[in-house]
Amino acid sequence: MEWEVVIGLEIHAQLACKSKIFSGSSTNFGIEQNTQASLIDLGYPGVLPVLNQEAVVMAIKFGLAVNAQIAERSIFARKNYFYPDLPKGYQISQYELPIVFNGSLEIQTQNGLQKRIGITRAHLEEDAGKSIHDKFEQETAIDLNRAGIPLLEIVSEPEMSSPKEATAYMHKIHQIVKYLGICDGNMQEGSFRCDANVSLRPKATSKLGTRTEIKNLNSFKFVEKAITYEIARQEELLNEGKEITQETRLYDSDTDETRTMRTKEEENDYRYFPDPDLLPLEIDKSTIEQIRSQLPELFEAKVQRYVRDYGIKENDAVKIADTIELARYFEKVTAVFNSDNKLVANWILTELLFVLNRDGLSIDQLGVSPESFARLLQRITDGTISGKIAKDVFDSMVHEKKEVDVIIQSRGLEQISDVSEIESIIVEVLETFPDQLQEYLDGKEKILGFFVGQVMQRTQGLANPSVVNKILKEKIKNK
Amino acid sequence: MERYTLKNLVAMLRSRDISSHEILEMYIQRISEHDSSFNSYITLSQDVALEKSIQADRLIESGDPLPLTGIPYAGKDIFCTQGIKTTCGSKMLENFIPPYDATVISNLNNQGAILMGKTNMDEFAMGSSNETSYFGPVHNPWDLARSPGGSSGGSAVAVAAGLAPIALGTDTGGSIRQPAAFTGITGLKPTYGRCSRYGMVAFASSLDQAGILALTAEDTAILLESLAGFDPMDSTSVETDVPKYSELLNVSIKGKTVGIPKEFFDEGLDAESEQVFLDAIKVYESLGVQFKDISLPHLGLSVPTYYVVAPAECSSNLARYDGIRFGYRHDEIDDLDDFYLTNRQIGFGAEVKRRIITGTYVLSAGYYDAYYLKAQKVRQLISQDFKKAFQDIDAVMGPTTQTPAFKIGEKIDDPVTMYMNDIYTIAANLAGLPAISHPCGFVQNLPFGLQIIAPHFAETELLNLTHLFQQETDWHQKQPPDLNEA
Repeated sequence: MEWEVVIGLEIHAQLACKSKIFSGSSTNFGIEQNTQASLIDLGYPGVLPVLNQEAVVMAIKFGLAVNAQIAERSIFARKNYFYPDLPKGYQISQYELPIVFNGSLEIQTQNGLQKRIGITRAHLEEDAGKSIHDKFEQETAIDLNRAGIPLLEIVSEPEMSSPKEATAYMHKIHQIVKYLGICDGNMQEGSFRCDANVSLRPKATSKLGTRTEIKNLNSFKFVEKAITYEIARQEELLNEGKEITQETRLYDSDTDETRTMRTKEEENDYRYFPDPDLLPLEIDKSTIEQIRSQLPELFEAKVQRYVRDYGIKENDAVKIADTIELARYFEKVTAVFNSDNKLVANWILTELLFVLNRDGLSIDQLGVSPESFARLLQRITDGTISGKIAKDVFDSMVHEKKEVDVIIQSRGLEQISDVSEIESIIVEVLETFPDQLQEYLDGKEKILGFFVGQVMQRTQGLANPSVVNKILKEKIKNK
Repeated sequence: MERYTLKNLVAMLRSRDISSHEILEMYIQRISEHDSSFNSYITLSQDVALEKSIQADRLIESGDPLPLTGIPYAGKDIFCTQGIKTTCGSKMLENFIPPYDATVISNLNNQGAILMGKTNMDEFAMGSSNETSYFGPVHNPWDLARSPGGSSGGSAVAVAAGLAPIALGTDTGGSIRQPAAFTGITGLKPTYGRCSRYGMVAFASSLDQAGILALTAEDTAILLESLAGFDPMDSTSVETDVPKYSELLNVSIKGKTVGIPKEFFDEGLDAESEQVFLDAIKVYESLGVQFKDISLPHLGLSVPTYYVVAPAECSSNLARYDGIRFGYRHDEIDDLDDFYLTNRQIGFGAEVKRRIITGTYVLSAGYYDAYYLKAQKVRQLISQDFKKAFQDIDAVMGPTTQTPAFKIGEKIDDPVTMYMNDIYTIAANLAGLPAISHPCGFVQNLPFGLQIIAPHFAETELLNLTHLFQQETDWHQKQPPDLNEA
């Protein structure tokens, strides 16, 4: 039988708030254990939660960015279960009435088509603490620095039909939260993670099959691989006529397979009910409009603007605007250097991305400011250095953390554009290779490149290629 | 032995008839001599209190005292007190010393009041007789064989027996008003949101409210001025001005209309109790109050509604007592499940467990709609009953309880009978309304209370009515018989 894959994602984005969602504790990452846990985070007797309004604004921003409804009234609920790193014995979340609902976004499918993916809801909740099992023998340690960190859980409709679509959707959400500045998107630190619901159904039928949920996937690669594995596993079972068990599974990246974590029968009954410590969250229309007016420019608008105002190709614009960091870099470079936007785009998409990938750096770690980068390009267009030399200079800028002009001067890399100097070298070259000159004069015009190469060799590549070409042609013509 | 009102003590301090230090020594002396019969205190904070009284005396000397400078008070052991053990009447918190003060405690401290000790209570405020306390029952000074009611039984007895001029309590379903009625004193449960809940160990968050047990409405008014107010740490506290209650006590109540719900007069109320209440009504009539028979049709559903909502919230609120970060922790355990089970099995008493189980049940998948959701709907209906009634009347009056204080041991084995104790008081909690109980006579030589319920934030009304009643009567001045000899 032919099967159709149905995938839905639940993405947890950690909101980039300065303090926790219900207490004043700081949200810094990587701080000594239990030093960012107040009495409220510890769930002490008598303490009460107070909602962080910054988190609310961030959730609204997300809702607006995915064209969702913002609930005028949403409710915080308690999700009750016992776990040592859950101090209160319940997690404050939103259940029946989330702050954001009915949104959507568009992804590009493998065959280049646009596909709309529905966003069922996005709700605010607090993170739990962390259990550390490998630090003390026979004992589990608890770190509550993470307890109460604000999260936005974004739930999609089950509308993706391949692992690639799932990662495209996840990528899109990642892009949006980073553009909005509401999440740092750092997957290693767990700021952006995802649960995937996967089920199969006979092709061209509408009833959903039994699903499994794969928990805590923290990279695009793992999402793709885990779903791919899970589809194959389910397909095999179904083809053998077996049934899928509704369960929660874990992905093991070492073995590249998923395995049972708990079955439906083992699931907690979370006993959700409205948290009586928090009033219903009421958001009026004017607040929503005020936040809407302050939304930053998002991906689609940026791409359009780059094409329209910067005159670069749409394809390039899409690549530059892919991450907010790259887009910002591009805009800062062009703010200083605005005579050749295409050159900027080319350099960013080739040389800059090459170095970042090669050295495994983020753009902030590169150590070359947009202003320095702009000066480098300036030196190409003003003829000081050739494009080829510029690549080496850029490499030196990254490794030696020096300014472009310092490198050019100290190494004498300045391009030779002086006509008489180049002329004398050309004369020398032509005299050294009379046979080749004759071949050229006999009509083998391709050999011109040979002479250019000889000139470059003698100038350690510093001769201005266009000047060389021009003079070379004149000299030969006069022969 | 004389019982001093807060007002008296303030006057005596100001006129230098007595020092704060002397007042503190007097109460500490009384407690050490008499509390063994009552068991009203769990912890005394005498050293800190005496120290503070010396500072208070200096401040009085300097001529610039705060409204409550040098005045001692007792706090129910449910309020977190920095550096002072807060047990909540439970083995679970037997050795719990909070690192912070509840907001209401800070509020009183900031006005110069001195916390003298922490009073006994039903475990986690779950009980109506003070018998569920891990630290033993509290005895009613009117008859030591009887219960003082609960859960704020310790606070009520401390005030009634002259072991504190005034005390803080909490009221989730009648836990201030019923003990006040049983011990012949005045007890106020303010509007939900009037006083901060921050630092008050939670039982049922949507119902819990801090309040006052005092000898008079006047004392209650004075203390409430310091106690009440918005707290940014409590999202459910309300940002509204705190009136000068003590200056509004003598406003004429002539022409006020009070409703008496017929639902209060059912088979549970015996004839003698009813007569005492009706006699008290006559006093109000003589003050110009007009009475009207009304009906609050859903009142009869308040007990079952309460016993769904309160346990539901409690089952979640008490989940934090797992022995990991604080509270009772058993040494020998096998695994995580065993750790939870043992700590909670040993740490909690029977009534607390009963309510946790009830609450867990009513929130469970498949039962939520039938119990919790339905109870919330009925709660709405009860609120609406009051809202409708208050369109025509200024307040509701009725007896606080069906009977005067019962005997210790009489009802403890029958939870349903025990729960029915709060039949007249619970509705005010469900609707978030302010309510007061004041002494209005005696039934079988035991004090009997009259309850007044007013619209939201109309504490002024309650205190005004009660004060003028207390100007006409001396029920509130009657002391337990043994006290007169002591």
